[in-house]
Amino acid sequence: MDVAVLVKQVPDTYSERKLRESDWVLDRDSSDAVIDEIDSKGVEIGLQLTETHGGTVTVVTMGPDRAKETLRKALAMGAHKAVHVLDEALAGSDALQTSAALAAALRTLEVDVIITGNEATDGRTASMPAMLAERLGWAAVTSVTAVSVEGSVVSAQRVVEGGAARVSASLPVVLSVNEKVGEPRYPNFKGIMAAKSKPVSVLSAADLGLDASSLGLVNASTQVVSGAPRPLKSAGEKVTDDGEAGNGIAEFLVAQRLI
Amino acid sequence: MSEVIVLVEHADGAIRKVTGELLTAAARLGAPSAVVIGPAGTAAALTEQLGAAGAVKVYAAESVDPTKVLLTGQVAALQAAVAAAAASGGAQGPAAVLVAATFDGREIAGRLAVRLDSGLLADVVDVALEGGVVVATQSVFGGAYTTRYQVTRGVPVISVRGNSIDGAADPVSSPEIVDLATEVDAATTTTVSEWLPEEAGDRPELGGAKIVVSGGRGVGSADNFHVVEELADVLGGAVGASRAAVDSGYYPHQFQVGQTGTTVSPQLYVALGISGAIQHRAGMQTSKTIVAVNKDTDAPIFEIADYGVVGDLFTVAPQLASAVKTRKG
Ligand SMILES: Cc1cc2nc3c(=O)[nH]c(=O)nc-3n(C[C@H](O)[C@H](O)[C@H](O)COP(=O)(O)OP(=O)(O)OC[C@H]3O[C@@H](n4cnc5c(N)ncnc54)[C@H](O)[C@@H]3O)c2cc1C
Ligand SMILES: Nc1ncnc2c1ncn2[C@@H]1O[C@H](COP(=O)(O)O)[C@@H](O)[C@H]1O
Repeated sequence: MDVAVLVKQVPDTYSERKLRESDWVLDRDSSDAVIDEIDSKGVEIGLQLTETHGGTVTVVTMGPDRAKETLRKALAMGAHKAVHVLDEALAGSDALQTSAALAAALRTLEVDVIITGNEATDGRTASMPAMLAERLGWAAVTSVTAVSVEGSVVSAQRVVEGGAARVSASLPVVLSVNEKVGEPRYPNFKGIMAAKSKPVSVLSAADLGLDASSLGLVNASTQVVSGAPRPLKSAGEKVTDDGEAGNGIAEFLVAQRLI
Repeated sequence: MSEVIVLVEHADGAIRKVTGELLTAAARLGAPSAVVIGPAGTAAALTEQLGAAGAVKVYAAESVDPTKVLLTGQVAALQAAVAAAAASGGAQGPAAVLVAATFDGREIAGRLAVRLDSGLLADVVDVALEGGVVVATQSVFGGAYTTRYQVTRGVPVISVRGNSIDGAADPVSSPEIVDLATEVDAATTTTVSEWLPEEAGDRPELGGAKIVVSGGRGVGSADNFHVVEELADVLGGAVGASRAAVDSGYYPHQFQVGQTGTTVSPQLYVALGISGAIQHRAGMQTSKTIVAVNKDTDAPIFEIADYGVVGDLFTVAPQLASAVKTRKG
């Protein structure tokens, strides 16, 4: 069974993330770039599926040159090969454009399962798995916490607001993993060394046959109207418990008319 | 006035709170049309409630059972509703499609945006009509920024965050019901074999609660979490948890507050034994008043606390609970 796992490079959530004040888009230079934690969990599930059923894991990203670090990280975890969709013309793509480019790249791979994160930590649109499934004409099984494949049927437990459900679909499918799907493995030294010689193919918009007049910020389907930073809270009073701090909080809440 | 298509969420014969919020938002953009998916008769049974919440028209999509087939029925119904609204509204077409920004809603919106080749605006906290253009507001990085977006083509497909729209639309006495025929492609079908709903419980819903009391790793165990619950209960609040508390098995995942959990913005947020990692703060830093109890004086939660106590939560929280109880009598 061949699996593609989508991995996105995102600003590290441990650092303070910023929007550029000129156009209110993500300032990718202001913080460290890392593989989105949710996507390393996707890689883990992809590896587990191929360990059980055989086949290969191809990791796929779309992003600027330095996004290749993210591919290397996934290769070091054990993925077999990588595809990097890389083209200046794709800069500023919205979700529709990104899904069109990624779908074109995924069509070249002929996989049975595509795995994504349920939502990226930078955009949080949680739309990519659905958009890819729609473009490919596949079923989508999203926000899964457990998954297994038997023959041509994928069974999964998914969890969403309000509860969980056991669901199934026929291959091929797009799966998106929920944060609670389990922890990813760490790349070991051997994996890191092996990753250096694993194949990474770089595909441009032209390689993917994308229509040049549909690409990039100028052809995006959404546009920023305005933006503003919000003044965040600053620290208030801080006391050390002298045995009366619980009562002290109660007095504070009364003064604030909260109780 | 253009129609604004709203996907209805309902359970046990009642529309969910978020559907009322979506209809309120829709009324700001045009004439709300509610799309109901369910077995035959569902729409008729909900029409009075939908009218009371502002729906002018109700589309009944009753050919696909959403309890058996996941989400593609909703996508097909919305697509059919958009087509019906375009046909009846002439060149104008519908002003927008609104769904709740849940995982399911965002998946539905993603498929629909591709199908309509329309701009998608996800997880918005406000919508407005400005000079005939639909403008949606997003809250980015846990409220650190506010951005406003519009679409440049198609009918805007918008997912709206729950508990972010206030007010109510004018009630409509007898909304018109229009039947929609929809079909789903078997190849794209995900089938549900069993639903495992969460127990609702007696406490207020986390996302909309006015008071939230959360516990972190400092609570130490599942058994100890009663300290958090007891304080929440005397204050009439909801219980939340940090990711570390959830991942350690102290409290169920649906109560996680933060970047990858629920975003809360209550009048009062009480953090017990939570360090205040940036990802936790992303889900609660817009709370009106923040109280923190942590035994580490350098815990980052104190940077955003209006009232911080350096101390042991196991002595401070019970004392606070009993002081509140005494005052409330
Ligand atoms: C992509 C990503 C997404 C994430 N999403 C979330 C999210 O949605 N929500 C979230 O919460 N985290 C999230 N995290 C995790 C986050 O980074 C932290 O690990 C987590 O918030 C820590 O939880 P905590 O404060 O309970 O635990 P800790 O950081 O371990 O803090 C425990 C605190 O308890 C205090 N303490 C211990 N005993 C006592 C006592 N008896 N009395 C008083 N204080 C005591 C300690 O001093 C300490 O400050 C995410 C991380 C990543 C990478
Ligand atoms: N540019 C990208 N490159 C690779 N994967 C992506 C990209 N954008 C989104 N994804 C995948 O889609 C998931 C959901 O993203 P989103 O829909 O943007 O919240 C992510 O966790 C990734 O797995």
